[in-house]
Amino acid sequence: MARTLLDKVWDAHTVRTLPSGQTQLLIGLHLIHEVTTPQAFQMLRDSKLKVRMPERTFGTLDHIIPTTDQARPYADPLAEEMAVHMIRNMKDFSLPLFDMSTGKQGIVHVIGPELGLSQPGMTIACGDSHTSTHGAVGAIAFGIGTTQVRDVLATQCLSMAKPKLRQVRVDGALAKGVYAKDVILAIINQLGVKGGVGYAYEYAGPVIDRMTMEERLTVCNMSIEGAARFGYVNPDTTTIDYLRGRQYAPAGAAFDKAAAWWKSVATEPGASFDDVARLDGSAIEPMVTWGINPGMSVGVSQRIPAPESAPEADRSTFREALAHMSFQAGQPIKGAKIDVAFVGSCTNGRLSDLRIAAEVAKKGKVAKGVRALIVPGSQQVARAAEAEGLHDTFQAAGFEWRKAGCSMCLGMNPDQLVGREMSASSSNRNFIGRQGSPTGRTLLMSPAMVAAAAITGAVADVREILK
Amino acid sequence: MSTVDFKRRQITGRGIPLPGNDIDTDRIIPARFLKEVTFTTMGEHAFEDAKKQNPEHPFNSPVHKGASVLVVGQNFGCGSSREHAPQALMRWGIAAIVGGSFGEIFFGNCVMLGIPCLRASQEDLEWLQRELSRSPQSPVMVDVEKQEVRFGSRTIKATIPDGPRNQLVGGTWDSTAVLLEAGAAIETTARKLPYVAGW
Repeated sequence: MARTLLDKVWDAHTVRTLPSGQTQLLIGLHLIHEVTTPQAFQMLRDSKLKVRMPERTFGTLDHIIPTTDQARPYADPLAEEMAVHMIRNMKDFSLPLFDMSTGKQGIVHVIGPELGLSQPGMTIACGDSHTSTHGAVGAIAFGIGTTQVRDVLATQCLSMAKPKLRQVRVDGALAKGVYAKDVILAIINQLGVKGGVGYAYEYAGPVIDRMTMEERLTVCNMSIEGAARFGYVNPDTTTIDYLRGRQYAPAGAAFDKAAAWWKSVATEPGASFDDVARLDGSAIEPMVTWGINPGMSVGVSQRIPAPESAPEADRSTFREALAHMSFQAGQPIKGAKIDVAFVGSCTNGRLSDLRIAAEVAKKGKVAKGVRALIVPGSQQVARAAEAEGLHDTFQAAGFEWRKAGCSMCLGMNPDQLVGREMSASSSNRNFIGRQGSPTGRTLLMSPAMVAAAAITGAVADVREILK
Repeated sequence: MSTVDFKRRQITGRGIPLPGNDIDTDRIIPARFLKEVTFTTMGEHAFEDAKKQNPEHPFNSPVHKGASVLVVGQNFGCGSSREHAPQALMRWGIAAIVGGSFGEIFFGNCVMLGIPCLRASQEDLEWLQRELSRSPQSPVMVDVEKQEVRFGSRTIKATIPDGPRNQLVGGTWDSTAVLLEAGAAIETTARKLPYVAGW
């Protein structure tokens, strides 16, 4: 019987079936950051346990670090304490840490693929829900909690249940001005923010096949926003070309052997799925969220829907969203005024994202009263962007050029919304309070759309600017 | 502590209703409270912003103080993987959750802390939330083993997948010891993987 990538990777990493009926799953790559791990290391110390396979865990600093002055000690004593603990834990347990001095620091989901750590056929876990990002290279990659981080450190395993598999096919071709971010926002809008409960997503179809690796990373990143704990794209020549030459990827003859194995883990023709969903990629327009979860989105030419258009059980959330955002049902999303523009995050903080945003930034200047931040996802992304002069383009247009970190995606570092500010953001979550202010408001969109909003001062249709 | 203490067959306590769908972990505990290297203070911040914004929030209500069974809607705990969210609820006093569906990372984190999350029908949840608002002092019994919830004279069906149920009922949810029992099979599995063994 034809097997899926999920079947093959799951079976290859199954240590045994536990008495509970769960699978004891081996984790091939464990990535960690400073926020969700200090308690796990303390649990190890309390239980006098060692790290089982120290060569399979890598760490970085991303969530709490400032993106302006990164000199230690950090101005925020709580952030400084977290950094101190992370550095000490990595040292005490002999684990590699990509800190600022390495030149390879960055958001954990940007550096994993960038360094070639994340490879096809692996199981990858990290104490961060956006670990689903790494599925883009053809891995089974999912977020875990801190106690599970302890388990991976101590046993290199997790107790897991195999999910059902839904293939999400995106047919047709994307129009100009429509990007990977719009595709995943459209998928979540169609399948719902709870649609993926119990499922993993296999993204397929001509639109996905044609995507670059960075675009696939954006799509897989937001699997969890549709409730799928992980999503993946089958490895193909795009995957292999992307990994060639990366620091932790095999080299020489080993690379060819690896490439053959990577291809062999892809879903076989004729494999069956528990469910198949289809989208017409040609019909997707630039997407903008108007509400308080990533499923509440519309095309930029559309109007904000009325609560009555939603299933009855969701109407109270709709009304809450309209109240929080100060939007009226029936109002066009285009023209909604913004105060802040943010390009960055594990969703859209890669070089191609910055290139697109820079192309739009060339068409104007940041509108008066708008604070606009460009935050590269890693030090390597920052260097590559600077080598192309993108930072000059941004600064000339009035954008701030920052250092690598999670920045304004979540309210854990100095980059936060203030009061009821409205943010056009290339990040992944528009939850109430997500960007640091309990009353702050977030509109999720592609980096191109963020740059368009920055120079317009309001939600704009980037297709008109790029004409 | 004997393993008996870990068994989560039945949990009885007063209930607290929290209506609404898609309540995310940022809402349960905003990120700014995650800047801690322990979980000890998390209980103080459960729903902190939501409580400030809504005086009627059930976690503000004195009648629900001391409740241990949380009754929620659909997709509760979606979003961030932060274990700080179930830690905050647990340290506030929650020992079991009944809802329509759960964010999967949140669900897994709850299992790791010995907090059963059971799924009930929308109709039954609405009934239970109504009853709990009316009679906040009456006990709710969450029977993990039998997969049902009892309140007053009525019993509703509430399910949890076999794997987690076996872990919770059997007291093996604190999984490190169970995983370590695999012994050398862990390394044997690893060595069969070409990316571990070498290309």
